[in-house]
Amino acid sequence: MYVAVKGGERAIDNAHRLLAHARRGDPAVPEVAPAQIREQLTLAVDRVMTEGSLYDRDLAAIAIKQARGDLVEAAFLVRAFRSTLPRFGASEPVDTAAMQVARRVSATFKDIPGGQVLGPTFDYTHRLVDFLLEAGADVPEPARAPADETAMPRVTDLLGHDDLIERNPPGDPDAPVPDLTREPLDLPAGRDLRLQNLARGDEGFILALGYSTQRGFGRTHPFAGEIRLGEVEVELFSEDLGFAVPLGDITVTECQMVNQFKGSATEPPRFTRGYGLAFGHCERKTMGMALVDRALRAGELGEEVKAPAQDEEFVLMHSDNVQATGFVEHLKLPHYVDFQAELGLIREIAGRQAGDEPLKEAAE
Amino acid sequence: MATVARATVGELAALDAMAGDRAEMLRAPEIGLVMVRGRIGGDGAPFNLGEATVTRAAVALPDGVIGFGHVMGRDKDKARLSALADALWQAPATRDAVEALLAPVRARIAAETTLKRERAAATRVDFFTMVRGDN
Repeated sequence: MYVAVKGGERAIDNAHRLLAHARRGDPAVPEVAPAQIREQLTLAVDRVMTEGSLYDRDLAAIAIKQARGDLVEAAFLVRAFRSTLPRFGASEPVDTAAMQVARRVSATFKDIPGGQVLGPTFDYTHRLVDFLLEAGADVPEPARAPADETAMPRVTDLLGHDDLIERNPPGDPDAPVPDLTREPLDLPAGRDLRLQNLARGDEGFILALGYSTQRGFGRTHPFAGEIRLGEVEVELFSEDLGFAVPLGDITVTECQMVNQFKGSATEPPRFTRGYGLAFGHCERKTMGMALVDRALRAGELGEEVKAPAQDEEFVLMHSDNVQATGFVEHLKLPHYVDFQAELGLIREIAGRQAGDEPLKEAAE
Repeated sequence: MATVARATVGELAALDAMAGDRAEMLRAPEIGLVMVRGRIGGDGAPFNLGEATVTRAAVALPDGVIGFGHVMGRDKDKARLSALADALWQAPATRDAVEALLAPVRARIAAETTLKRERAAATRVDFFTMVRGDN
């Protein structure tokens, strides 16, 4: 029998009041302001912007505070916020070659135009807890050196001149760019749609898949051709004005993986590429993304598809942590009726096996 | 426009006095989204990277000049001031005043860019070859 029930409003209200209290923590400790999160927990902000798929540092900072530091929950809040806003249009593709570079390293070429610029990195730190941060020591002024005007071409462009590495087809400028926020994900997906999916995908999931390719599940023999971090200008084509207007700068991280490729019936042996791009400073994410991007090209490059990272449906349908958390966590919501039905069934079967077999008789 | 987009509300605030009560709000500041695109491999076909919040506004001057403002973020005041800057810059009578207002903004942005470049440059690696042994 189906019995509709309702209730729990008071419990829910009180639970949310208790949540606000727990969020605040010890009142003797000063409350954290969103601006402090924005300025001092920048990599958390970057991750929330990337996985929330919305570039807005202030908004991501508030979401992190509201979510008590739960970054998946914060991405969920950001996604919900964006769904309330109209879309003005799409930007011109950002030009990462013209990036105002804060960091740029290549693991394949030592001497590249513009050089190896380490920027603000955890690399080469000793991973020892710094107790000075607890004491609140003053931060020394960063060192400065004369900045020359040497351009920093993408490393993959340097190899491209010799045709030793595949080129990226420019695509049809008039073709619509598929958008999974507008149309449900349709498989098989083009590389453009896959990259959109991976760019907003969960860092942990993408990282694990990328790692799996290194361990042999869809090996791609990668080299980090280049990782660069910096600001790029965003331009919007204005219908009112008839030309592209600059909106300001955003910080992005780009990763170019260069992968071994022994050639196929139609393609000469040369290096292939995997690509990663995401909002903010997120090297782990973009490196994983580039590995998975390349792994997902297995079919296109005539490689055997046998590992999870090469399986488009497996990767694309499970990468989104907002979707994933929604479906996993919905199991917490009342399933009393479903479970009652299952319980009834099990009781009946158990009863039959115990000797009295009402169902069997009825079936006969 | 590139300068205005990177200016702060404080730096643009004087535009209000410059416009007086002549400017009419044509489109009230509105917050929305722009889908930011990248290119596959940096130089290939475009793909949708993710969205950014953008605020836009439009103002009109009595002589029919229309100014548009589009800025990243959700600051309605900044979008309105940007539209005002665009309109006042188009009007010959106020162009010089707008340029004068933007000159220190340009200088500030240039100084910040230089500082960032110099700080990055200090982290550039100078490789040197270790002295080889005799074998």
